[in-house]
Amino acid sequence: MSTFLGIPAPRGVGHLRGDRSFPDAARGALADSQLRRNLGHATRVIRGKRAAVVGELDDWEQLRLAGSALKAATMARLDEHLERLEQEVTARGGTVHWARDANEANAIVTRLVQETGASEVVKVKSMATQEIGLNEALEAAGIEAHETDLAELIVQLGGDLPSHILVPAIHRNRAEIREIFLREMPGVDPELTAEPRKLAMAARAHLRERFLRAKVAISGANFGVADTGTLLVVESEGNGRMCLTLPETLITVMGIEKVVPTWQDLEVFLQLLPRSSTGERMNPYTSAWTGVTPGDGPQAFHLVLLDNGRTAVLGDDLGRSALHCIKCSACLNVCPVYERTGGHAYGSVYPGPIGAVLSPQLTGVEDNASLPYASSLCGACFDACPVRIDIPSLLVKLRAQHVDEQRKRAVPSAEAIAMAAASWVMSSPRRFAAAEKGSRAGRLLGRRAGRIRTLPPPLSAWTASRDAPRPPSETFREWWARERGGDS
Amino acid sequence: MRIALFLTCLGDALHPEVGRATVTLLERLGHEVVFPTDQTCCGQMHINTGYQREALPLVRHHVATFEPYDVIVAPSGSCVGCVRHQHAMVARGAHDERLAERADAVAGRTYELSELLVDVLGVEDVGAYYPHRVTYHPTCHSLRMLRVADKPLRLLRHVRGMTLLELPESDQCCGFGGTFALKNADTSTAMLADKMRNVLSTGAEVATAGDASCLMHIGGGLSRLRSGTRTVHLAEILAST
Repeated sequence: MSTFLGIPAPRGVGHLRGDRSFPDAARGALADSQLRRNLGHATRVIRGKRAAVVGELDDWEQLRLAGSALKAATMARLDEHLERLEQEVTARGGTVHWARDANEANAIVTRLVQETGASEVVKVKSMATQEIGLNEALEAAGIEAHETDLAELIVQLGGDLPSHILVPAIHRNRAEIREIFLREMPGVDPELTAEPRKLAMAARAHLRERFLRAKVAISGANFGVADTGTLLVVESEGNGRMCLTLPETLITVMGIEKVVPTWQDLEVFLQLLPRSSTGERMNPYTSAWTGVTPGDGPQAFHLVLLDNGRTAVLGDDLGRSALHCIKCSACLNVCPVYERTGGHAYGSVYPGPIGAVLSPQLTGVEDNASLPYASSLCGACFDACPVRIDIPSLLVKLRAQHVDEQRKRAVPSAEAIAMAAASWVMSSPRRFAAAEKGSRAGRLLGRRAGRIRTLPPPLSAWTASRDAPRPPSETFREWWARERGGDS
Repeated sequence: MRIALFLTCLGDALHPEVGRATVTLLERLGHEVVFPTDQTCCGQMHINTGYQREALPLVRHHVATFEPYDVIVAPSGSCVGCVRHQHAMVARGAHDERLAERADAVAGRTYELSELLVDVLGVEDVGAYYPHRVTYHPTCHSLRMLRVADKPLRLLRHVRGMTLLELPESDQCCGFGGTFALKNADTSTAMLADKMRNVLSTGAEVATAGDASCLMHIGGGLSRLRSGTRTVHLAEILAST
């Protein structure tokens, strides 16, 4: 991890890149049949629930259009909304900090915690703090961070990484969770079974003690309302609300794209978000807080506004729509690629289709060059997205950006040479017909049942699991010329 | 009606039977089919792999080839999707606004086969007879880029002698995705495995779709399994009597 110091729009650093390319990282997941079953089952269940509650609303498409329009309008004047947010938070007793990247954000939060004298914090599930690697930064400073979201807790205790934006432990089943609890949870009942209720009770006992002890809490935010300086967290378990209300100090880390101008905007997003994410009409807990209130809740409130590459994304007129994402994860649940590989293969904390467009934009495409290709462009993500992010078009655009970067290399890749050759052949009917005749040599390869079982690289990737069609003895244009006599 | 056939490069080179079936079908319905012999490829592979600069001459060539025709049909949802949604984009990316306008005009006259039959020609019963057990896979680009909805199924339901079997999880991608099948071969194979499991669960003799490319993928897998189930393009079923 290194900080890029360019101005005015530095790229993001932190947990936005993997060590391996997507195809390489996916291989292990694809070979893990238990993981495939866990993911397949979970995504199928969530897909079904989502489809049912979305189907209840006859104005769903209008809501999506409204959500998309609100986001586009907000992004167009993001600077003004953020300044308003800062002004209102400050006026209500909060303190606003601006972090250009992950390193700055971590330094700010670490200093704020140290100033309270606390050596541990409780955390509400938050993608922003995952993105910047806050837990690791705090640990390096001798501060222990306890995740309180049940799934985040499972991931943390398992020494694992989240695999899904909304359901971080989606790749784990009940039996695996029981084993993790027995192994890692101090004082857990040794008779613990894999019954969901028993598992939840064990987690509850474990967390309750931490809630009551903690002096400092760290949260993310689903929305920040500029008009009143109010922050919101949307959740299912109530653990977030415990974090937001019990400790003395609350530190919120929020990506700058999460601001909405007014409370009225929430009317749209609070319908779109829970239906898209958990398949519920409304999420059980929506907590909102504004500055500090003497004698009630945290008495010190800090808001860290995180850029980490977002300004660079904003500069791209098509690409900026990736920042419209409300992190519902509907695109993950419908993505056939995600369903089979899980989230770890994407390297970044943002997996699935949205991760495949967001991560390369935050880091610069060359740092995440395999992600835009981690899609068959089936388009299911676009249809599911509650704010209508055209992910397939973004993927295609990012691929073009990557190819254009590659053009700067002194020696073109084999793929680039092949593509240029194909373009040359196909832009001339004469050359194309000649190439077709040439491909007939391929008939020699496939004498068995009209199928070819082995092709040379790179097409060997195809014949590893599928037969290839044997070129026909007569192309269509030859048939047409024979039957209909040449030109149309 | 005079209809220009855009067969697609894959159809011309590897699946001429799809083109012959399309000609047979449209002529049987009383239309004149012309085959502009200058046609090559719509450039989808280049565009979707990131080679927009290399796609530009193909877009230009396609537009020039099909510009003279009032109605154009392609038996491929994904190639029509490319013509309709990507040609003008590539032209605009190259700052060629004139080409973009011409591309939009050609795109507006280009139809996928089931769209042409149902929306333009107003037929659902094409008089076909196909005595087989068939399941239909709605390819992603037909389904989501073109929104052909149930048009292919409406055509298939009128085919005599045929048993149409519902495909479980039919809207899931088969895993082809053009160069995706090569760049992410393992993931593509995993998607194909599930698609084949669903196809075989129907007990169909034939899996059909409106895209030769997806069928090449599914059919390649079924052939490797020696499953006894084969793939046949929608046009061939509709042309059967």
